Amino acid sequence: MEADSKPKKSGARLCCVCNQNRAALKRPKTLEQICRECFYAVFEEEIHQVILENQLFKPGDRIAIGASGGKDSTVLAYVLSELNRRHNYGLDLFLLSVDEGITGYRDDSLETVKRNELQYGLPLKIVSYKDLYGWTMDEIVKMIGLKNNCTFCGVFRRQALDRGAALLKVDKVATGHNADDIAETVLLNILRGDIARLSRCTSIITGEDGPIPRCKPFKCTYEKEIVMYAYFKKLDYFSTECIYSPNAYRGFAREFIKDLERIRPRAILDIIKSGEDFRISTTTKMPEQGTCERCGYISSQKWCKACVLLEGLNRGLPKLGIGRTQGLNSDGKKDRKRDSRTPSIESKQCGSLEF
Amino acid sequence: MHLTLEFGGGLELLCKSVKFHNVNVDLPKGADKLSMRDLLAWVRTNLIKERPEMFMKGESVRPGVLVLVNDCDWELSGQLDTTLEEKDVVVFISTLHGG
Repeated sequence: MEADSKPKKSGARLCCVCNQNRAALKRPKTLEQICRECFYAVFEEEIHQVILENQLFKPGDRIAIGASGGKDSTVLAYVLSELNRRHNYGLDLFLLSVDEGITGYRDDSLETVKRNELQYGLPLKIVSYKDLYGWTMDEIVKMIGLKNNCTFCGVFRRQALDRGAALLKVDKVATGHNADDIAETVLLNILRGDIARLSRCTSIITGEDGPIPRCKPFKCTYEKEIVMYAYFKKLDYFSTECIYSPNAYRGFAREFIKDLERIRPRAILDIIKSGEDFRISTTTKMPEQGTCERCGYISSQKWCKACVLLEGLNRGLPKLGIGRTQGLNSDGKKDRKRDSRTPSIESKQCGSLEF
Repeated sequence: MHLTLEFGGGLELLCKSVKFHNVNVDLPKGADKLSMRDLLAWVRTNLIKERPEMFMKGESVRPGVLVLVNDCDWELSGQLDTTLEEKDVVVFISTLHGG
């Protein structure tokens, strides 16, 4: 070995797919070392296969992509747009954004979605909490304090997406939830004993019995790959943590998943697989689905969760609908004693508060 | 050693909202190479102005932060043991935010 030659840079490995280009990343899914071009191809092809195998779309479908301006939804809009073109899915794609009214976070990320509208040529619709509910998240947090913020926001956002989807007259909503998100949700539901949600949270299509079904094309896509894809392709996305999220319980599940990924990246997909294969014991009491008395939305209680939370906000009762000890019967009086014939939040099965 | 560092995915907020930094890092005493391990310690001391726990955990980056050296995943070059060379570009991207 010549003493004056530069030692070979330890990162110079070849792509294991094409064996020609330098490897640019190590895929957590397969531990393969792959170059940029092959990565784009395999990333896009895998999503295409997920779409086909799960029959997520059919020709002529109008699809709203839940777009926040963040990494997942931006990449989803880009890839769906591209696959729609390349494989002739025959879809009419739209961007649907929800403005929760979080200053310094949502107003900035909406600017990103507006740019995405131009960059990808997809028409954009924005629905706001203020218009739908009369409350912005900032106003809500002022009233309820810094706890349970995600509970309100998550419940309201789901309904907001449905309202927006109805306005756009779409057949389905596609969201950017990725494998890491779903693995976190499986763990969260286990930690909380939420059996009803546990049984549904790994489904790639949900809400087929509701107003507008939803699907998650990124169910098997690793967050790391989404970020690398966006980085290499220089896709425009907004990346700041919501100012109210540091107090969310999900943060613990996320930290755990990230630590697990470092040791054994496959764990993320394996957790999802475990979640898919759970079978609920036949003796477990499960909530029955009906409709909300107040707004007609799908609900397993008398009132859907959004209506309960809104009632709480409007009456200055920030804890209504939070936790399991508060109840409100239909004429607005707080329960003094449990009446087994009147459904109340108190009498609900553990972990089954939902709409 | 002159390096270019880039912080993305929200990490720039920890460095006073500056995304790109051209830095000159001294090799550790007695060493003839600069490793990523050394660089991380240097960054924590010299560039991270708040909430260092968002960037690092122990001697490595917080899980969820991606590292690229000259546009290549550091997992290919040995992570903390990656050796850096003059004019290398190191990118740190956080994935820990909404999508």
